[in-house]
Amino acid sequence: MSTAIDLAEVPLRQLNQVLHDAESGGFDVLNPRGAHAVACGITTNVTVEVAGSVGYYCAGMHQVGTVVVNGNSGPGLAENIMSGTVRTTGNASMSAAATGCGGLVVIEGDAGARCGISMKGVDIVVGGSIGHMGAFMAQAGNLVVLGDAGADLGDSIYEAVLYVRGEVESLGSDCVEKEMRPEHLAAVRHLLQAADMTASPADFRRYGSERQMYSFHVDDIDAELAEGAGAAK
Amino acid sequence: MTSDTWHQRESYSFDRNTIAEIRRAANTGIYRIRGWGAKRVLPTLDDLVFLGASMSRYPLEGYREACGTDVVIGNGRAEHPVHLDIPVTIAGMSFGSLSAQAKEALGRGASAVGTSTTTGDGGMTEEERGHSTKLVYQYLPSRYGMNPDDLRRADAIEVVVGQGAKPGGGGMLLGQKITERVAEMRTLPEGIDQRSACRHPDWTGPDDLAIKIIELREIVDWRVPVYVKLGAARPYYDTALAVKAGADAIVVDGMQGGTAATQDVFIEHVGIPTLAAIPEAVRALRELGVHREVKLIAAGGIRSGADVAKALALGADVVSIGTAALIAIGDNDPGYDAEYRALGSAAGFWEDYQDGTDPAGITTQDPDLSARLDPVIGGRRLANYLQVLTLETQTLARACGKSHVLNLEPEDLAALTVEAAAMAGVPLAGTGWIPGTSS
Repeated sequence: MSTAIDLAEVPLRQLNQVLHDAESGGFDVLNPRGAHAVACGITTNVTVEVAGSVGYYCAGMHQVGTVVVNGNSGPGLAENIMSGTVRTTGNASMSAAATGCGGLVVIEGDAGARCGISMKGVDIVVGGSIGHMGAFMAQAGNLVVLGDAGADLGDSIYEAVLYVRGEVESLGSDCVEKEMRPEHLAAVRHLLQAADMTASPADFRRYGSERQMYSFHVDDIDAELAEGAGAAK
Repeated sequence: MTSDTWHQRESYSFDRNTIAEIRRAANTGIYRIRGWGAKRVLPTLDDLVFLGASMSRYPLEGYREACGTDVVIGNGRAEHPVHLDIPVTIAGMSFGSLSAQAKEALGRGASAVGTSTTTGDGGMTEEERGHSTKLVYQYLPSRYGMNPDDLRRADAIEVVVGQGAKPGGGGMLLGQKITERVAEMRTLPEGIDQRSACRHPDWTGPDDLAIKIIELREIVDWRVPVYVKLGAARPYYDTALAVKAGADAIVVDGMQGGTAATQDVFIEHVGIPTLAAIPEAVRALRELGVHREVKLIAAGGIRSGADVAKALALGADVVSIGTAALIAIGDNDPGYDAEYRALGSAAGFWEDYQDGTDPAGITTQDPDLSARLDPVIGGRRLANYLQVLTLETQTLARACGKSHVLNLEPEDLAALTVEAAAMAGVPLAGTGWIPGTSS
């Protein structure tokens, strides 16, 4: 039995306070009408179903439990998620799951620019395609894209792992295609199952860091010459 | 016949430092990265003087009459505003750039005199939370170590848009300081040269920032104030936009503001001096009718009670110190002069915070060097220094007849240079002339 909270009747502050105070249970959020910061900062094992589309930062900094948006999500869906699950049945705007540290974010439709930007351990599964600069400066975690990826995928990437089934418009700096080994096929299979999506892991290609930008390149001509002079002696 | 001095005449354009830098660049192929702040000559608060009381003003007795120093930030919006006993706070400096002992010393010193300290790019450590009665949690573009539990443990949140040493630039932490603990906190590979993002990942302008601030307030149930920190570049417009976005306080960090590691070209050539930045920020606050309501925290090169008092007289509510706080706890200690010299510098000149080799154990992650800094003694030194800043500020305020340091005003000031008069909007000393506003 879920508790219904109608955003046409109560302010956002009241909704979030109820969710923050709840120890468990289910909540149906009605009439979100693009509201921002819906169900952000959840710390307990609640299940939240949002009936409609939301604005910015839905389920921001999510820590436990599940948030499902039955509609589209605005920028910063589940930004900095720590654990738990956030799903949107429609599309997600820019910066979905930005800086996420853990948990699972599922976008059944497409995601906009900078999906998974600076991700730090979150798993992201996108049923459609993602926009440009996906996984920019991505540090850790997995991004699975069943559709295509826009320009500059994985620019300045660290140790995050990217799997794309469709076309990649272009790779960003220091991002390269890598071999799909058995453990990667298993990882994709596991992530697809967790996201409740169907696809063949063998159809995906893997991308990650070439690790050429991890350190500054510093020349030292003087030391080289001194060493050469020493050797000549 | 020419003399030896003629043959050794130094070029103004190509002086010895310029020549050395060209040679260094040619040898290494990388820009100079260093710590500290701008070292070039700049218009500063030294270019202002207080007029003091005389025939037309009554001074207050130096040790007898009350002169308040407290400031409240976030009154009205936050359930728990920040109450500072003194108008000086400690700027954001990360664990990673600083040792855990240094962070603890800063927390101890600030807490002893009733003021706050601030985290940095890399998250909150137990050392600083445990020893800071008032701790401001920075929310930075990199979001390194960003954790909602820590957000809720903070006494205020500071959204960092930029810093004075590098408006428009992101942080750096070179590989020698990315130890196992630092790497784990930032989710980075150990030993890499970390270059932080320069813009936030999930908002792109002031309208977005307004929504971001609402999200942050919702997550902490509107308990604590939200600051916005700006590198001083266009302080009039940036301050106005930060007010519009809903900030409780605005930190304006002038180009003298310090850094743990930044390109020298950035430190010396981007941003405007603190003296020029404060009046512009105040102008925006006044025009919006929120001066003294939305608090202004001025930073960048603050060294003395005179600097504090002048910043307040120009309209700031609080000042923030970084470099001076590090010096207070032991940075550039002459006792380590031989070791500074072995590193190619000397006590009083050391700026290579990026190297992690700090003999004083402050800007390092080396466990042996870090252990040299006693956080209890460092904290006492900082508390003493903050006490002196406060006493000096009160001394000047009383001399101007003010019963609270926030009653200082531009009318109490005169400028010693035409440039300072124009920037500060106060008359050139001995005249009634404010360049650009009066004849």
